[in-house]
Formats: sequence, structure tokens, C-alpha cells
Amino acid sequence: MKLRRDVFQAISDPTRRTIITLVAASAMTPTAIAENFDYSRQTISKHIQILTECELLKQEQKGREIYYHLNPNGMKDIADFIEPFRKLWDDRFDKLEAVMKNHRSKS
Amino acid sequence: MQHKTKIDAKKDKQELIITREFNLPIELLFKAYSESELIEQWMGTKVIKLENRDHGSYQFETSHEGNVMFKANGTIHKVVPNQEIVRTFEMENMPIGVQLEFLNFEKITNDKSKLTIQIIYKSEKHRAEQLKLPFEYGLNMAHEKLEEILINLK
Repeated sequence: MKLRRDVFQAISDPTRRTIITLVAASAMTPTAIAENFDYSRQTISKHIQILTECELLKQEQKGREIYYHLNPNGMKDIADFIEPFRKLWDDRFDKLEAVMKNHRSKS
Repeated sequence: MQHKTKIDAKKDKQELIITREFNLPIELLFKAYSESELIEQWMGTKVIKLENRDHGSYQFETSHEGNVMFKANGTIHKVVPNQEIVRTFEMENMPIGVQLEFLNFEKITNDKSKLTIQIIYKSEKHRAEQLKLPFEYGLNMAHEKLEEILINLK
């Protein structure tokens, strides 16, 4: 359960949530990430460090730069990322099915 | 348990594929997409306009307590009854941009049908914007839930 608590801690902060969504779109250097915020580089580095420790972000060295991306540990993380979107459609389609069953019984 | 609705979002692509099987005859599934009153019921939005035909268009709007919360519109490129709808979709005032949607309706049995929606975004980034909407909402919910649990533990 330790990991789960850590992940919750990691996502409890709005800045860290924004970082996750930024790097989910494409791998980014710490500088590129920091450009999206008004905070100091140091503050952003600290957030990146926490996210990395919780295994939500992964480092990759490309030449002289370090890039961060969502941890592609299997496809599980991506699946977790998509899950709320999937759930939204699942609920919507359940509703469609219910509405149409009701519509059929009326006609 | 196998999920009823599947989302296929391959890495480094700018498209999504949503599939779902329904316990509905194909005619009813298609009807759910072609009649305003029915769309209003299952989408939970007001249908301002719907011309469900080739070169038609549509507009949705959702209000909550008198404020417009959600506005979306699109043009309908092609409609083949009980088979196919090709249309665009765009949520107004959102960074997602316009998306192209191919809706494919398939008969499985007399009482079962399948819907496949292929959605193409302007770029992978636009797709990520779309995916992160409910993701962020979900994270906020998870966080609130956690806070609730922690408060109760005190």
C-alpha cells in the first residue's frame, strides 16, 4: 500500500497534476516544464523529483538534456490515465442503452 | 471483468478508437444518434439544432442554473442510416480543437449491435487535452475522497 499512498501524495498538488498532464502529451525537459509556470525552477524541480520518486515520471537522457515522460511501465500507467475518460463514455453509453430500452417499450 | 466500453489510444497517435457493444437492435442504436429528444436524454444536453443528413450540422448546449456550461457543434458530412455517420465535433472555448469522427454501426444479432467511433484530433497534443479533462476531474475527486478519509481518521 506504500506506493498507492505515495501516488496520492504526488497527485494531491495542483502543480504536480499539471506537470503530469504536460508530460503526458510529450516528453519534456525540466526547463520546458518550468516555462509553463510562474514558480522558480527550483520549486518545479522539487515537484518533478517527487513525481519521479513516486514513479509517475521517468527520466530519459537524450544527449546533454534530461527528458521527463509519463512512466511507460507497461501500458498500465497510460491505461490509468485513460480510465476516467473510458468511464465517462461507459456511463454515457449505459444511459443510451437504458433510454433506448425505455423508448422501445413505449413504442 | 471485461469492460463494456473500450478505448484504444495508441501512443504517439492523434486518434482514439472507442468501441462498445449494446444490447439493442441496430435500428435503436442508430436512432439514439439521430433524434434530438433521444440525444437530449442520454447525452444530458440540450439539442439546439440537428440536421441529421449529408452536409447537415448540429449544436448542443448545456445549462446549469441559468448559466451555459457546455457548448458544442459540428457539421455532418455523411449519414448512411444504420451504418455510418461522419461528422466533426468541437467543444466551444476549449483547447481541444475540432475533431473528425467516424461512427460505425454494426449489427451483431437482432438484439445486439456494436458502435465503433474513430476520433481524429489535430495533433497528439489535442488528443491529450481531451483525455486529461476527465482525468483531472477524476484526480480532483480522488483527492477530495482522500481528504475525506483523512479527516475521518483524525
